Amino acid sequence: MRLIILEDASVVAEWAARFVMQRITHFKPGPGRHFVLGLPTGGTPLGMYKKLIQFHKEGKLSFKYVTTFNMDEYVGLPRDHPESYHYYMWNEFFKHVDIEPSNAHVLDGNAPDLVAECNRFEDLIKEAGGVHLFIGGIGPDGHIAFNEPGSSLVSRTRVKTLAYDTLEANKRFFGNDISKVPRQALTVGVGTVMDAKEVMILITGVHKSLALAKAVEEGVNHMWTVSAFQQHPQTIFVCDEDATLELRVKTVKYFKALSEEHQKMIEEAPVEVQRVLH
Amino acid sequence: MKTKSGLTRFHNCYILRNRKIVKEDFWIRDGKIENPEQVFYVEQLEADITVDCEDLLIAPGFIDIQINGGWGVDFSYDSENVEDGIKIVAKKLLAHGVTSFCPTMVTSAEEKYHNILPRIKKQQGGKHGASVLGVHLEGPFISLAKKGAHMEEYIRIPEKGLKSLENVYGSLENVLIVTLAPELQGATEAIKSLTELGIKVALGHSSASLAEGEKAVECGANLITHLFNAMLPFHHRDPGLVGLLASSTKKQVYYGIISDGIHTHPAALRIASRTNPEGLVLVSDAVAAQGLEDGNHRIGPQLVTVEDGRAYVTGTKTLCGSTTALDDCIMTLKKSLDCSLEYALEAASLHPAKALGIEHIKGNLNFGCDADFVILDPKTLKVISTWISGECVYQSQS
Repeated sequence: MRLIILEDASVVAEWAARFVMQRITHFKPGPGRHFVLGLPTGGTPLGMYKKLIQFHKEGKLSFKYVTTFNMDEYVGLPRDHPESYHYYMWNEFFKHVDIEPSNAHVLDGNAPDLVAECNRFEDLIKEAGGVHLFIGGIGPDGHIAFNEPGSSLVSRTRVKTLAYDTLEANKRFFGNDISKVPRQALTVGVGTVMDAKEVMILITGVHKSLALAKAVEEGVNHMWTVSAFQQHPQTIFVCDEDATLELRVKTVKYFKALSEEHQKMIEEAPVEVQRVLH
Repeated sequence: MKTKSGLTRFHNCYILRNRKIVKEDFWIRDGKIENPEQVFYVEQLEADITVDCEDLLIAPGFIDIQINGGWGVDFSYDSENVEDGIKIVAKKLLAHGVTSFCPTMVTSAEEKYHNILPRIKKQQGGKHGASVLGVHLEGPFISLAKKGAHMEEYIRIPEKGLKSLENVYGSLENVLIVTLAPELQGATEAIKSLTELGIKVALGHSSASLAEGEKAVECGANLITHLFNAMLPFHHRDPGLVGLLASSTKKQVYYGIISDGIHTHPAALRIASRTNPEGLVLVSDAVAAQGLEDGNHRIGPQLVTVEDGRAYVTGTKTLCGSTTALDDCIMTLKKSLDCSLEYALEAASLHPAKALGIEHIKGNLNFGCDADFVILDPKTLKVISTWISGECVYQSQS
């Protein structure tokens, strides 16, 4: 596990986008050789998407041969509802880049058979050859995707009923009316993300600092589902200074001491060399 | 090889949508405006053609609901070659970003109506010219006292309602708007009948009181022809037709404004716009002299003299319509009102479409609407290209 501590959210966004670009570029994707990317929604990754769009517009990065899988989607929310993740992905990312529509996969929360939809999603990931890089954010309670506290750490893509805290936190997006917040979502499982070759988790802000501490300093615990990634062979947590407030000084110092090494990850070093930069 | 999607995507452009100018791609297919989000997720298709707009502005095509002619053509007079006249003007309008218009006939002799009217058919636009939405008949059922440049001898009273109109006009098949004075005997009946036929009634060339105006609106009229011109001036005890802008009737009233910087004082424009912003419809009210040099021209059976771009009844100082095309009116409106560019553009597109009840197909860039639009320089509003039903019908040379 690696922890990259950066100055603030904008540096995190830039670093994450550079890392994605580095990974895609070194993979040398082409016809029949797609780079497979797992994608999150929410406030934290917005800056990263903006940077990726910028790289694309500057001609540095193409998504022509990139296949994407999104982590989650609400159940029963119209696709074009401003809070739907389809809407988010279209407006914040897809429409700005050259990804092919048939390669951009988002769970369909309006599918007539939700279980079949989840299974279809898992099958699509398998068909694509697995995810090369899964990017995630976390909630203040340490949930990754909609794997709320208490979720199985070997879970697969499935229907999930949302925790009251999540409904409460999200009601601001639904006219402050908790009854309008969808109560269910489709989400990839912790196990689905764990299968990815690499995982990058973005954590910014003071309100996420306790979750970060639980994720990296305490044991693996299904009440803080993101902690499962301690056991993933290639996980990077990328956070800002604010998010480190609940960490021990020792932890922060240790990872900061490694920062020069970690910086190579977004530079030209080949991926094989980078794998040993721990 | 991929199958053709038939989609065109305009890229690097600003578009006017939902009252805002936003940087957004613009997608069209089969002559209609498409929703790219739906195309992406549901149809999973990509565009065949991507057009780089280099930061230009895409606005809905302009709709001119009052235009008497131009480039030497007078719709009310040239009865021998009406079709050719319409063709010339329809084609020339493309360079001004006008994608739809209502050829307007001023008060004329009966035989002119019988001759000309059946030959101005509603027609879909294209490379040959802007769409003809239907004829606007301005007169002859107007007030003598407010005749303006209209010929007194042809002015009539609609005493038998619709029957009087049909006697003068003949078939109303090609008619979309009738401007009349509501205070005339039989006018109320005529307004009701026209409204039932789906023809829009505009109030104008009239000495009507506010009460008479309101009654007409209750009966179906929803337009006022060239506000302030050829009507009673605003008076605080009886505001007349101008008062309809702030009337207590629930219906939205639209009013034509000639914003050529001559016909209406900027302060009067501001009074109208601030009182009833949604109702302002830019019209050119352009005459045959539009597009022509200063000199003598005809409007109906009358001689017109153009001096410094102003058209007067020859030998008088009576203004008889403008020589300014709609695209220039937009710029003048923006300057006079100091309003947003969005508002000025909508006054020439969305507002007329609403007045005609066609905003679900024209006058805006919403998904599903006709792909009638104009690509403009966002600073100067110079028309770079004009498109009808997704086809480029005009391209600026420079």
